[in-house]
Amino acid sequence: MPFIPHTADDVNRMLSSIGVDSIESLFDEIPEDLKCGALDAIPTGMSEMEITELMRQRAAADGQPACFIGAGAYDHHIPAAVWELATRGEFYTAYTPYQAEASQGTLQLLYEYQSMMTALTGMDVSNASLYDGASAVAESILMAVRANRKSKSRRVLLPRSLHPAYRKTVQTIVHNQKIELVEVPFDSATGKTDLDALDSYSGDDITALVVPQPNFFGVLENVDALTSWAKANGAISIAVINPLVHAILKPPGEWGDEGVDICCGEGQPLGIPLSSGGPYLGFICCRQQHVRQMPGRIIGGTEDLDGKRGYALTLQAREQHIRRSKATSNICTNQGLMVTAATIYMALLGGEGMAQTAAAAHANTGRLVEKLCSIDGVDTLFDSPVFHESVLRINATPKNVLRSLAAHNVLGGYDMSKEYPELGDAILVCATEKRTEQQIESFRDKLDRIMNRQAKCPVTPKFDQT
Amino acid sequence: MSNTPDELKYAKTHEWVKDNGDGTVTVGISDHAQELLGDLVFVELPEAGRSVSAGDEIAVVESVKAASDIYSPLSGKILGVNEVLNDAPESINDSPYEEGWLFTLKPADNSELDALLDAAAYAKHAQDEEH
Repeated sequence: MPFIPHTADDVNRMLSSIGVDSIESLFDEIPEDLKCGALDAIPTGMSEMEITELMRQRAAADGQPACFIGAGAYDHHIPAAVWELATRGEFYTAYTPYQAEASQGTLQLLYEYQSMMTALTGMDVSNASLYDGASAVAESILMAVRANRKSKSRRVLLPRSLHPAYRKTVQTIVHNQKIELVEVPFDSATGKTDLDALDSYSGDDITALVVPQPNFFGVLENVDALTSWAKANGAISIAVINPLVHAILKPPGEWGDEGVDICCGEGQPLGIPLSSGGPYLGFICCRQQHVRQMPGRIIGGTEDLDGKRGYALTLQAREQHIRRSKATSNICTNQGLMVTAATIYMALLGGEGMAQTAAAAHANTGRLVEKLCSIDGVDTLFDSPVFHESVLRINATPKNVLRSLAAHNVLGGYDMSKEYPELGDAILVCATEKRTEQQIESFRDKLDRIMNRQAKCPVTPKFDQT
Repeated sequence: MSNTPDELKYAKTHEWVKDNGDGTVTVGISDHAQELLGDLVFVELPEAGRSVSAGDEIAVVESVKAASDIYSPLSGKILGVNEVLNDAPESINDSPYEEGWLFTLKPADNSELDALLDAAAYAKHAQDEEH
């Protein structure tokens, strides 16, 4: 059944009343060379029965591997209540709540989400979410360029230790907006942003500095020094965080002397399943003084005429439907359903439960790293404290090792060689609170066998010959 | 009917200009403009020291339901801004020609000042726009 209410007859009557003979001719003013033509690669439709079978086969092909990959998306335990509640009809069907009089439930939920995010990050204000972590960083950079009116350079310092996909997304979104992105290297011994390299920009006109915590290597950055550097050099500081880590670490609102200006990141660890990479949710929080430059929906609490608590969209003059082309962003929607799940997740766990989850993931990763490093030819690459991920150098080709592990039902980590060739043969591993002692032990044994076999095997494995 | 003081000059974009007689001018928005905008909740002021051309967008006034650009009526350099508006944007509604001024400017070209509308011409312009 097509989800289009117009019949062919309706369409023909509309076309004839405006004197046009086909829908295609409505697009005549678009030059031919800009049109993509027919979408030949799109298959014809399938029935519900066929698509269900296809999805079942694909899910089965994934198997049930033990996941030791993090790299921006994390396999955390999600209490069954989270999605049981989030998929109730009252939440599941709700869309952008323009009509406060008909949307108090959704608005209150978004308000609670914002309150939790500000409590977690130590910031003054949160919006009602953005699409994902990567676009949240890009939006934060655009916001910083608007907010920093003293800076004329539109130069933004981006650490190389920031998630590579985030850096690419930022590049895609801002490169046509006359914003210059400058990469700041990391210290090869510690994996932290190189403060000496950063200092070479002291005194320059820098619009903003991005501060990841933890960074892509799992390493905890010198966030106080980085935030204070930004402040001293007239730059807006943008924290890019894993929200879970701040259940146990000092929140960005308290970094440096006065806290960061903007804090953003990926909300997937808060009750959102991996589901092949999305949908997730981006979050962004800021200090009160920057709120008019913040993109996206913001829900405010108020009182109605009878003095009862109520909620409504607020500060809407920032947004597209009012400000048109000068809006703070062309994205003014939010990830309503993911926010619902994240809010229920945070409410269920509470600050204490989140702190326990973060601590358990940290401890598990410590155990994993210790076990794996007991293997000959495996060692940690950086000498720094980490949250729940660590970069390991392995004396083998990562691609081959990871493929062998996957064949043994272990997703053994993220291959760093493509994004960080300077690290040599290295993988990024993660053990959330879900990974058991046995799974960790089994990972160690399999990796040991694979590496020793590969080291001794006189025959080149088949997959190396391509 | 809006108040349109005779001693001021006006831009078609609804800014007023007061010649301070010392080579500087003060700029605000007209009573008519503040009435159209409704209750103001925020004003984004320009940076002091900035050089501007006539017609440049240099400030934003925001009411509960809209945000509108303010254009510089003259070319020149911004000297100072009305910091009171940061905490009390409603001063523009209460007193558009006194407490609600936006910024002071040193004009680069006095002939631009002469080219602005006088009170009667502005009042007519505002009335024509209504219809």
